[in-house]
Amino acid sequence: MNHSHEPLIHIAKRDGIVWWKSWLIRLTGVVLALIVSALFIYGISKLDPLKVYGAMWDGAFGTSKRAWVTIRDTMMLLCIGIGLAPAFMMRFWNIGAEGQILVGGCATAAVMIYCGNAMPTWIMLVIMFAASCVSGAIWGLIPAIFKAHWNTNETLFTLMMNYIAIQLTNFLVSKWESPPGSNAVGVINLNTQSGWFPSILGQQYLLNVLIVLALAVVMFIYLRSSKQGYEIAVVGESENTARYAGISVKKVIIRTMAISGAICGVAGFVNVAGAAHTISTEVAGGRGFTAIIVAWLAKFNTFVMILIAALIIFLQKGAIQIASQFNLNDYASNVVTGIILFFILGSEFFINYEIRFRGGKS
Amino acid sequence: MKFLSLLQSAIVYGTIILYGAMGEILTQKSGNLNLGVPGLMSLGAVGGFIVSRAYEILYCGSNGLTPNALLCILTALLGALLFSGLGGLLYSFLTISLRANQNVTGLTLTIFGCALANFYGSALLQKHGGVGSLSLAVTSNAFRAVIPGLETVTVFYALGWLVYISIALAIFMQWFLNRTRVGLNLRAVGESPATADAAGINVTKYKYVATCVGACISGLGGLYYFVDYVKAAWTSDGTLEALGWLAVALVIFATWKPARAIWASYLFGALSWLYFYIGGLNRSSQEIFKMLPYLVTIAVLVFVSLRRSKESQPPASLGLSYFREER
Repeated sequence: MNHSHEPLIHIAKRDGIVWWKSWLIRLTGVVLALIVSALFIYGISKLDPLKVYGAMWDGAFGTSKRAWVTIRDTMMLLCIGIGLAPAFMMRFWNIGAEGQILVGGCATAAVMIYCGNAMPTWIMLVIMFAASCVSGAIWGLIPAIFKAHWNTNETLFTLMMNYIAIQLTNFLVSKWESPPGSNAVGVINLNTQSGWFPSILGQQYLLNVLIVLALAVVMFIYLRSSKQGYEIAVVGESENTARYAGISVKKVIIRTMAISGAICGVAGFVNVAGAAHTISTEVAGGRGFTAIIVAWLAKFNTFVMILIAALIIFLQKGAIQIASQFNLNDYASNVVTGIILFFILGSEFFINYEIRFRGGKS
Repeated sequence: MKFLSLLQSAIVYGTIILYGAMGEILTQKSGNLNLGVPGLMSLGAVGGFIVSRAYEILYCGSNGLTPNALLCILTALLGALLFSGLGGLLYSFLTISLRANQNVTGLTLTIFGCALANFYGSALLQKHGGVGSLSLAVTSNAFRAVIPGLETVTVFYALGWLVYISIALAIFMQWFLNRTRVGLNLRAVGESPATADAAGINVTKYKYVATCVGACISGLGGLYYFVDYVKAAWTSDGTLEALGWLAVALVIFATWKPARAIWASYLFGALSWLYFYIGGLNRSSQEIFKMLPYLVTIAVLVFVSLRRSKESQPPASLGLSYFREER
């Protein structure tokens, strides 16, 4: 055979990869991303690159309050990721988490405003949970029904639903604004803390953590070991296979999106009642988009999501800390998020494919 | 008079969306669904900002020279095309060479591009002493120059020359995609890369070029927003990001036809500003009215999926990576 026609590099799909090798490749991606992030931060702050991560660590975990905020935000991102996992496993591109979070948050805020101080907090928490579930589910169901029956493109449908939810939130903010003219709702029930998550064991955000971790465990079992989880996986692999196997594809799509939307709605509930105590479009604030990437990279495994979410939030908090030290703006945090996501995305290639060079052993 | 005023706002707003959508149509015709349009438009805006500021403020300002309008235009264009083109190259490398998922890569590009643009845009503003203190007057005026003879004609007196370029580009793209060999090859790549590959078309090259050129066109939308709509005074209020998503929606609305995107973008612009011209709305009901462009997009999306006509379908392999050995 004439070797001069053989290409210099040859790419082949791997049949499988040893688990430690795949993790080594991912780790390399993360390390490279950390180096590039450090260079970016060095570029804006001229801080000694080695000290960059010290300062970032200080920003994320420097005080016990900062550490809890980091944990709280990790849980928020995780919660949305958990909600998106079943939809993505079904290959349903739910880009609409942002909107589902917002309607869940709006429902929660409505309960806090209209029922606040009228009933005990635990009853309110139950009502808020239910209201956010239902509203998130409705927001997820609308595109799902069209997808199931008429194969309407869900990526763009859910995307548009985000903007409708954003306008709906702005509408409610101008309705509930206090003080009038501020164009903000302000802290709801500031004096009575009615409807706020209670502190557990003296920790303000422990309930957030418990709710989200419970969801993570339930979702892990649901996707791995339940009949419905199996149906989702089959529909995701091939709708035709699912049909031959007697699975009602329409039913699975609609049911799964109701679950996905409901959990994203709960994320809005956790953020409004457990952290922000107000309602604005910042309740979602782009997290719905970041969580899509978290869910995708974790391959729908809710425990791997914890790691990725924690890494992203750590970098964001660190970047915000450095930016504020150097009198720069918070957008630095999303630049760093972008860098890390690009590297993790790129590293997937080296896990799925093998590169052989000309003349090397095959 | 109200109608003419609405028409004028609609054309200005629509042109931003039109550029974004034209870039995305070209990209999608090669089979790449790039959800990074808002990021690319932001990168185009900040690229134009950084490079034209370097010329108008840093070079001319510190040397006491009068900025040359033509050089202002060239530097701004260079910056916008360079930044958005690099964004497109990054997306192409990840999705075409490394076969990463297109939706996820596009969303990352949006997060990254918008953040990078707002980061540098805000940082530059701050350097000059905050909002309102830095405006590239010469650059902005050069771009907002009106075609001679139309200075007093209604509506037209408010349209910079990038508006006419966008219309010409849309008509050119319509011709290019339907009447030229290269355009037809590109569509073949988007419909069925395996068939195109077998016919001797270099799939990778077509995808790379279409995606990067598409990114540059989208970036021009960001530049137009920056130099014309906000008159070269940087703002980080998320408007450009929302317009970027509307551009993605417009691709569907125009059913992948650049010529149709022209009037469709003005319709989007009109729907976005309608609340302003309808009397008797208070602030809360205005927010409801601002849902209109999104509701109309959903209606079109549903309509297209119900009708299933052959002419209005997306490229058949849209969103899928091509790997020759998996045929």
